[in-house]
Amino acid sequence: MSDTLSKIEKRTAYTLLLPAVFLVFSIILFPIFANIWISFKEVSLKDIRIPEPRAKKIVKSISDNNSELKIVYKLRNSSLIQKISDVKFKDKLPSNVVPVDLDSRCEFKSKIIKCQFGEWEAKYRENFEVLIKNENNNEIDKKVIKSQKPSLSGKADNILLTTNFTLKNFKKVFYENDFLDLLLTTFYFTFFGTIGAIFFGILAAQLVNQNFYGRSFMRSILLFPYVGPVVALAYTWTLLLDPNSGTFNALMVNFNIFDEPINLLGQKYMVMNIFGFELKLRLALTTVIFFEIWRYFPLAFLFILARLQAVPKDLYEAAEVDGAGPLKKFIHITLPQITAIISILFMIRFIWNFNKFEDIFLLTGGASGTRTLPINVYQQGFAISDIGMGSAVSIVIVLLLIIFMFIYFKLIGRKANEI
Amino acid sequence: MKFKSLTIYLLVSSIFLLCLLSILKIMSTLQGIDFKNLNISQNFILGICLSLGLLVIGNKLNHFIKIFSLTSVFTIFYLYINESAPIWYYISVFLVILFFSHKVKNYNLNYLKEDFVSEKIIFDFITLFGIIFFAFVILFPFYIMLVTSFKTQIALLVNPLDFSFDFKKDLSDLFKSYFVIFDTYNFGRYILISSLVSIGTVLITLMFAIPAAYAVARLNFFGKTFLSSSILIIYMFPAIVLVIPLYTVFSQLGLRNSVVGLLIVYTATTLPVAIYMLQGYFKSIPKEIEDAGIMDGHSWFGIILKIIIPLSLPAIASVALYVFMIAWNEFLFSLMFLDNPKSFTLSRAIQYLTGDAETPRQYLMAGSVIVTLPVLIIFIYFEKYLVSGLTAGSVKG
Repeated sequence: MSDTLSKIEKRTAYTLLLPAVFLVFSIILFPIFANIWISFKEVSLKDIRIPEPRAKKIVKSISDNNSELKIVYKLRNSSLIQKISDVKFKDKLPSNVVPVDLDSRCEFKSKIIKCQFGEWEAKYRENFEVLIKNENNNEIDKKVIKSQKPSLSGKADNILLTTNFTLKNFKKVFYENDFLDLLLTTFYFTFFGTIGAIFFGILAAQLVNQNFYGRSFMRSILLFPYVGPVVALAYTWTLLLDPNSGTFNALMVNFNIFDEPINLLGQKYMVMNIFGFELKLRLALTTVIFFEIWRYFPLAFLFILARLQAVPKDLYEAAEVDGAGPLKKFIHITLPQITAIISILFMIRFIWNFNKFEDIFLLTGGASGTRTLPINVYQQGFAISDIGMGSAVSIVIVLLLIIFMFIYFKLIGRKANEI
Repeated sequence: MKFKSLTIYLLVSSIFLLCLLSILKIMSTLQGIDFKNLNISQNFILGICLSLGLLVIGNKLNHFIKIFSLTSVFTIFYLYINESAPIWYYISVFLVILFFSHKVKNYNLNYLKEDFVSEKIIFDFITLFGIIFFAFVILFPFYIMLVTSFKTQIALLVNPLDFSFDFKKDLSDLFKSYFVIFDTYNFGRYILISSLVSIGTVLITLMFAIPAAYAVARLNFFGKTFLSSSILIIYMFPAIVLVIPLYTVFSQLGLRNSVVGLLIVYTATTLPVAIYMLQGYFKSIPKEIEDAGIMDGHSWFGIILKIIIPLSLPAIASVALYVFMIAWNEFLFSLMFLDNPKSFTLSRAIQYLTGDAETPRQYLMAGSVIVTLPVLIIFIYFEKYLVSGLTAGSVKG
């Protein structure tokens, strides 16, 4: 009895899970494997459309009373690189209308012209003409002829499913793509974005954890950048920082803090002189990092605050009795209490920042030294239209991610379970 | 000891006052007052004098008489040093200094003798400053967004620093940008598509996630531990690596430029986190209630429908709101999959219009306000549900 019950339970569980698991598999796991496949192929954006035969129909009069007409079909292969084989053509004529001197590839049967065009090379074009006439020498209605659309069919390989593989994409990723700079930019962005978000998160959580008037209001406000739509926020920042008409530069120039407007999002380097040392700061990248911090410190704040509120108050009271000042209390009580959550946050934010696309794309589009790996996926795949290269960069991202996750579960996994 | 804490008190408090006054000045500049100088050094010295005065008087005078008199004196000094301005600016300066004097009421000469007083002073002022700093930094872009949408092109070009609301204008003039984006740029359609996609995503996600979460939370089956631990790992996999294969497959299936395509992708990407959030809540429902349901002869589906869903409405609401916000804000997939303006979502439409340098910015800002407002309203109104959702669905980028 219990055996059958557990069987029923199993079956129910699988039925309940099936739709969700199927969807997640097909949309998330399948593409990751598909990426591997595509990354070993030379595919560009225009290849992914399956080639198809096309025809444009033009009707011309050749006699005065329109009892005879010439139809010109402009035939072509839609693909510029792939052939189509076994092309078949069909068109229907009205009753009492017949073709004259029909092409040898075609036959006319029960009002239908059928043709076998065989194989069309890539870029194939042909003007295929058919003369038609009315058997009773009456007028043929051009509109009727024109409104009848010919149908074509053909067989073509789907370039994605062929088995030609190449290592070219990966060679290009590592040798022709300024790969080191790409990697360094990504890490610079990820690391400082994460550290900054956590730093401001701690600061904000420490503030909100105290009692003051308007505290819950403050807590809501702090989460605004995180919940707002990235498009609107990024665009507002671009306007704010615009060198010509942006408010930020106008203010700075107005109060003589800047001598002239600085293009914070469009200038790759800023040279600074500190104690005689020349320091080259990646300006646009730094600005993007600040946006990233601004947008994501609320998440760190939320987590750290939740943790801080769970710290027992008597710990602080005991410390006060022992004669500890605020700084000591923070270092010896608060910090140890939040290290676990900070390490988790660090890893989560690190992984997400590593994959961040929208923010950089919307602010700079990857220009002026802000090209990170995810941006590169887009640039390769859609701006240069090299799908294969884009996939190869995606594979690099996935590999790095797997390494991060491995480290994460080795180092922090156990700690995470303890919380 | 006393000298050290005194110096720290004076420095920190006057820096704080300086920051307050500078922020006020910047905000006033944005209201169209022509200030050219922050007067940092003079105002700093003024702040030191004020702090010293408040400290020395201490408790010798009635608190209110003390702060009012000192504030008045220092406001006059401040006005003497700084550029002239309208009367409301003077009043704001007065209020700011009054606020400051009130905040430092606990400090007197005796207090400075206590232990760790310099640390305490620094911490106190960091707190005060932090609150103002965070509020300013966060709200400023939102403020700019809102005000720009009420401006005209000419007004923006004539004075890029004038961000005042002009209430003298007609309402129809004030909201002109909003009318224009609906009339000329078809924003009504985009709002409709965005709502359709977001609400559709919520419904489908819940439809799939509730049974799955129930199975993960309650039923025993082969592969359960593997499944529940892989849910979040799957969620960590970034959208950007899915984009190219999905793009190619969707192109060939003709799912690009369609609401259906977006619905499929959004549902799949939000499902893991929805399942994760829901199963946590389902586990907290006492099993006895379900056993009673089994006794009554309900099937598993009956149990989910009649017992689990009514009991976990708050969690479902929080998941629904969270998924709605993700779908509403989503940008990457809408950028990749939509290139026909007829099927744009709001985010995609705004991004598309920013690409055209000729689109006036006040229209784009009006669009930004429209896309931001629903999310913020939902967030403020349902904050309690959402915060728990955000913490549970912690990993959303």
